[in-house]
Amino acid sequence: MSAGYHIVVCGGIVPDPLQTLEPVKGPAGWGLKNELMLPAILDPWAGHALFEAANLAKNAPGSKVWLVSMGPKAKLQQVMMTIAQKVPFELVVLDGPAGGFVEAQAVGTALAEAIEAIPGLDKSRLLVFGGWMSASRGAGATLQIVGEKLGIFEQFQGVDKLEVQSGGALRLLERVEGGSYQESTLDGPPAVVGWATGELPEPPNNPQVGMQNMRLVMPALQKAKPVKVEGGPEYLSVQVPSQKRETRVVKDTPVDEIAKEIVDWLKA
Amino acid sequence: MDKVLLIAPVECDGSLGKASLEALTAARDLAGQLGAPLCVGLVGADVQAAADSVAGCGAAEFYGVAGAEYAQPRYATDAAAFAALCKASGATVAVGAATSRVSRALPGVAARLGGVCDTGVTALSVQDGKPVATRWYYRQRMYAEIARPARPWFVALSTGCFAPCEAAPGKAQVAAAAPELPAGVRSKVTGMICPSAEEQTIRPDAALLFVAGAGWTKKQADGQAHLTEAEQLILGFLGKAQASLGTSKSLVDLSGEGQQVMSFLTHMHQVGQTGATPRHAKGLATCCHGEEPHTVGWRFIGERRAVNLDASCGWAQGKADVLYVADAFEVMRKVLELMP
Repeated sequence: MSAGYHIVVCGGIVPDPLQTLEPVKGPAGWGLKNELMLPAILDPWAGHALFEAANLAKNAPGSKVWLVSMGPKAKLQQVMMTIAQKVPFELVVLDGPAGGFVEAQAVGTALAEAIEAIPGLDKSRLLVFGGWMSASRGAGATLQIVGEKLGIFEQFQGVDKLEVQSGGALRLLERVEGGSYQESTLDGPPAVVGWATGELPEPPNNPQVGMQNMRLVMPALQKAKPVKVEGGPEYLSVQVPSQKRETRVVKDTPVDEIAKEIVDWLKA
Repeated sequence: MDKVLLIAPVECDGSLGKASLEALTAARDLAGQLGAPLCVGLVGADVQAAADSVAGCGAAEFYGVAGAEYAQPRYATDAAAFAALCKASGATVAVGAATSRVSRALPGVAARLGGVCDTGVTALSVQDGKPVATRWYYRQRMYAEIARPARPWFVALSTGCFAPCEAAPGKAQVAAAAPELPAGVRSKVTGMICPSAEEQTIRPDAALLFVAGAGWTKKQADGQAHLTEAEQLILGFLGKAQASLGTSKSLVDLSGEGQQVMSFLTHMHQVGQTGATPRHAKGLATCCHGEEPHTVGWRFIGERRAVNLDASCGWAQGKADVLYVADAFEVMRKVLELMP
């Protein structure tokens, strides 16, 4: 495809996975205890989608990558200090909540509206990327909603590979049950692609890319439109699983005995 | 009053898969508790045999979308078919199994019909006359019970949470539903890429999950790494135990960075915060370490045992039933000898 792609990556931020999370109910509904204090990262699956987008854009001259993200501005700024050093992109910011209890339908609708409003976006060349799930809500629903709102009915979820074939057709591998891939082809954009982990390692930090990105990131953060997210389920309860096991620690025991115990346990 | 619809794709052989039969149990029980009518919606090349196989499930109506173009999983056709089933039946609550096929399309169907969707639901109940779903948040680190006034409500049920429905076969009257396909479905399913028998280390139906941690790649007591032996031990055990293989993110990341670690490990095996959370009756973790983000990988594993050298390992303490503080190489070598 000579004109390249317009790739829009939808990616939210999530608490650093090393943090202990505890749900609390506030005036605005359920959230996390000390949520604003928790360090945030770009959602891991969205990160894979961004890296794949940058790689695709690099290999298809004329392509451009946007990252559309909804979250509190201060948190997004913190995350961008790292992410902006990875790959080139233009940031589009929606100043809104980013927690797991935010309704997917509302987020999807807001993201679609933000994508529609991107100046110069060519929908005939549009590929909407994102993580097929998130480490917060984990619904695996937002991208489909974005696609439907944009009128894109060619969608793929759990993608690990996207190849551009001669003639511009796309070949995609989606994860399905049993460790298998479903292979599909599409004549070209537009399409929605929800990424699993892809095949690329995380790019190393590149200060030059970071400086280029940050020139656009800061204005994007400054002109971010506040988004009011409404709707969602009625939460009857939110709990942390209380199950704690009494671990029997077996040490200073001969290997033969341990192995026999394991084998007996496997047979039982 | 609510009306409950089961949405189920039909397998290539014309049958209903185990996951769909589990969802049928959930849909039937929910309809029973609500006092609501149950209907079944099927999608596939031919749906009559599948409908007949569950004719006695208590459904008042059967709907079907049949045709060669609906045989294979594909968003464009599946979303149109699921939406047609919902419209034709007039259902307010639609339940499907969270297979890759249903999970891919159901949220889009909800958006198309102005409804809402919840995925990864692990329990359904009725409280005060309202359907209530239980689902997990933050990668299995907390769970919530939710109700929704909005309709239609689409629910994708995690597999392994309900017993498969055992319904008497019979002759079902299937009403055809007419999908509205978007102009020009452009995608084509061209095939499946399945692991060969020798590489088949992911076995969703296995009784045991074997988790290999990064410790297998580290230097051992002699100051050397023993990757070849680690591979042999792991694959040898998987072959004998017919176990499913999981691994930690750290080990997979090493292979993604171009380091030759274990040739058979990919992101597909990853369990934990950014991986799968499989359901198996038993789990045996070896050379694993880490705290909560890693251990969510075996949140839904029944009996859990671990082998590693750290008696205070966060992977095991309070999370495993038994922790063997020992060298996994030695233990697994001996286990292999003892296994038939």
